[in-house]
Amino acid sequence: METVIKTSTIKDKLIFEFETSKLFLFGDTKLRDLAMESFCKQGIPTRKDEEYKYTRLDLMLKGEFDFLTNKNCSDAQIETLKFLKDAHIVILENGIFVEGSSNLQNLPKGLTICSLVDAEKSNSPVFEKHYAQHADVEKDPFIALNTAMTKDGVFIHIAKNAIIEKPIHIIHISTAFENSIIHPRNLIVIDENAQAKIIESFETVDSTAKTFSNALTEIAIDKRAIVSHYKIQDEKELGYLVNTTQVIQQKESVFSTHTITLSGSLVRNNLTVVLDDEYTESHLNGLYLTAGNQVVDNHTVVDHRKPNCNSNELYKGIIEGKSTATFNGKIYVREDAQKTNAFQSNKNILLSQAGTINTKPQLEIYADDVKCSHGSTTGKLDEEKIFYLRARGIGVTNAKKLLMHAFASEVVNTIKIKPLREYVEEKISTTFKL
Amino acid sequence: MLSIKNLHASIDGKEILKGINLEIKVGEVHAIMGPNGSGKSTLAAVLAGRSEYVVTDGEIIYNGQNLLELEAEDRAREGVFLAFQYPIEIPGVSNINFLKTAISEIRAYKGLDPMKAKDFLLMLKEKEKLVEIDRALVSRSLNEGFSGGEKKRNEIFQMAMLEPKLSILDETDSGLDIDALRVVANGVNKLKSKENATIIITHYQRLLDYIIPDFVHILHNGKIVKSGLKELALELEEKGYDFIKEEVEA
Repeated sequence: METVIKTSTIKDKLIFEFETSKLFLFGDTKLRDLAMESFCKQGIPTRKDEEYKYTRLDLMLKGEFDFLTNKNCSDAQIETLKFLKDAHIVILENGIFVEGSSNLQNLPKGLTICSLVDAEKSNSPVFEKHYAQHADVEKDPFIALNTAMTKDGVFIHIAKNAIIEKPIHIIHISTAFENSIIHPRNLIVIDENAQAKIIESFETVDSTAKTFSNALTEIAIDKRAIVSHYKIQDEKELGYLVNTTQVIQQKESVFSTHTITLSGSLVRNNLTVVLDDEYTESHLNGLYLTAGNQVVDNHTVVDHRKPNCNSNELYKGIIEGKSTATFNGKIYVREDAQKTNAFQSNKNILLSQAGTINTKPQLEIYADDVKCSHGSTTGKLDEEKIFYLRARGIGVTNAKKLLMHAFASEVVNTIKIKPLREYVEEKISTTFKL
Repeated sequence: MLSIKNLHASIDGKEILKGINLEIKVGEVHAIMGPNGSGKSTLAAVLAGRSEYVVTDGEIIYNGQNLLELEAEDRAREGVFLAFQYPIEIPGVSNINFLKTAISEIRAYKGLDPMKAKDFLLMLKEKEKLVEIDRALVSRSLNEGFSGGEKKRNEIFQMAMLEPKLSILDETDSGLDIDALRVVANGVNKLKSKENATIIITHYQRLLDYIIPDFVHILHNGKIVKSGLKELALELEEKGYDFIKEEVEA
């Protein structure tokens, strides 16, 4: 008699892991169960799902995966990732907060940084008020999965009126010897009239196997607070990243964010900014440099719910090799949101025949007194410009590099933290091999 | 320094240059004049190495080398400089970074050590003064938002920085008011030496009041139809290009 052993799907494996490792998971049991239920309903998206049709996560998640969150990196290895010398540094290795490697001595008044686990243990009312309140498990399977299966992450709270001068740098490190799935989770709460700069960088160290990181950050910004947020994604070939960022803004707050994707086999960014009260301002900037077989997919949602708000979005990409880049930018202007200004622009340079760019702006406007615009361009490097540079003695390679830098500079120049801007510029130089 | 023999060139299958002969020696200034469509800018483009133009016959020998075998960047590194008729705007590339890159590549090509930052800055300062260009302009993105006059002045500034052996000024006077023209001409005159040569391509004689040529050539229908001394330019200005056409066709 022949026995057929059916290989279990990734969904089955995730459910099995959820059931068997409940003791090690983070958060309220009821919340987690609901989230898992929602994930089971939604499942891993396939190409039939409109939101994921250009990014075949179902294909990426084939094969064996484990759920290891071991700490493997040495302090010396971690040290090299601290590219900002003057910052409050948070280390998350395979999704787990590593206090010993973080630099959190002498935190200024008004700044709290601790692991999610500790935030929950301490019964922090701020934590309870905001945790899992903004990223809706019903909206996306990866939000559901993260909420069900996260083990840890970082909690950052900036108290009312506090101005945190030094940037806060969260370093997400993936390191795996067997293919792994991790679910890092962060909660950042900025109280009324406070200010902070927060950088999240994503790195792979010393891996010999793939890490599929389903990372989620919720950011709640209270009245008149000013927050700048940066994501630097540089996970190399073994990195697979779904990165959800859910932001909610209160009255007269200003939020700006940069999503810079330098490497990673797969990067899917789900960025949602809700402008939940009047006179808020949001700036969304993105830069993606793709090569080889990379897949980079930026989905953004700007949700104008109240009147008199401004949003401005600029995403630029340079696509090489057989890589695929996707930009999908939704802007909602709700019925209430009169006097909205919402602008969006996506510009791409396609360097190769085999590269693909999918770009899709989506505006849904239910108010009548608004100013909204969107635009998208895809082109090659300008031959006239290349010739002009060559006519001054600059070789083709450097001429192209200069032009690519120039193209990227519109985004890079808006990075206000100088050492960070220099770091990104340096990274761009080394990314283009040509 | 430069020897052009029987040069034929075409673009998109259409022949523009139909047998140009020209000899230029070190220290000389040559003016090439001609009506629109006579092939002036094509000649400049072929010298600079624009690949859209196909040389179908003839040769260009520059300092003993076959210029046509060199890539555009190598021509520049060998000292050929084209001041563009329409300088390109490149937002995001700073003038200074651009010049730094150009100089370092030229020096590397010649096997020279990179220029020290301090020396580069000194040179920048000195040349800014020489061509009367504002530091504010030099610090901006390459030609971005520059007026026509500012762009032309910036071309001459680049020429000053790169110290070419053979400069080709393609309609550098077009769009310049008389004050700007004087400044640009003044810059060119200061850069002239016994070691370099200049080709001035122009439609009008006016620029030649300020940059005195040693020789004037008249280009018509892809050929040099008349050569002479600087007086030829005045004659041309007075009689108009029709007199050449009549003379040629007669």
